[in-house]
Amino acid sequence: MRSFQQRLPNFNARGIRVIGISVDRPEINKRQSQKLGYTFPLLSDPQAGLIRRYGVLHSGAGPKGADIARPAEFLIDSSGVVRWVNLTENIAVRARPEQVLDASNQFGPVGR
Amino acid sequence: MKRRWNWPIWVGFVFVLGGLFSYGFFARFPIARDFPWANLLLFGIGGALLFVGLFRAFGRPQLYRGKIVGTILTAIALFLFAFFSYEIFYVLRQVPPSTGAPRVGQKAPEFTLLDQNEKPITLAALLSGSKAAVLIFYRGFW
Repeated sequence: MRSFQQRLPNFNARGIRVIGISVDRPEINKRQSQKLGYTFPLLSDPQAGLIRRYGVLHSGAGPKGADIARPAEFLIDSSGVVRWVNLTENIAVRARPEQVLDASNQFGPVGR
Repeated sequence: MKRRWNWPIWVGFVFVLGGLFSYGFFARFPIARDFPWANLLLFGIGGALLFVGLFRAFGRPQLYRGKIVGTILTAIALFLFAFFSYEIFYVLRQVPPSTGAPRVGQKAPEFTLLDQNEKPITLAALLSGSKAAVLIFYRGFW
């Protein structure tokens, strides 16, 4: 997500919101945002309910066997339709911001 | 005659330790994280130096020290490299399939979640006035 923070001006210029979601509680998200200098929202899904609904649960992979999210990225257009998905097969390999920006080029002009 | 210090053994071992413990640093850069070439390079340099050191220790024992310590450190280095390889090339790839994930063209599930300031955020609110939103699911810091 560090690379998304670095490219945040490009996302802002195109009207694309960047959101992080994990099982971390809001206070942990606040601390991490401050520590890492993230200015986009980090949302908290402590029971992994939403993570389940998005089909990206990694059960038992968290602390003390807790359920967490597996890394995944979804690009959703303004009508709420998924336009691009990245489901990695390697925890260390995440989507690059350029991939998301390229994917966003493929639907409609910038801005509304 | 006093035998000389067999430095490649020690320097090589330090490179191997560096290869293992620098992962957290290099993982900050996508180019060194997608494939850990920087760490493998350090392991490679360390391994080559250890090999040179062992070659000296066993080839010219009258000149160089390090037969015992070289063997021990090389064994530890091999174990550390095996551990690193297991984590990187096996454990990190144990990602469960996401058969239930919404596909391209499907409606994304709506949600209300708290942000880092305990403020409820909905997907609808994120999308109103925006062209799109990218949701990045991550493992968390715990």
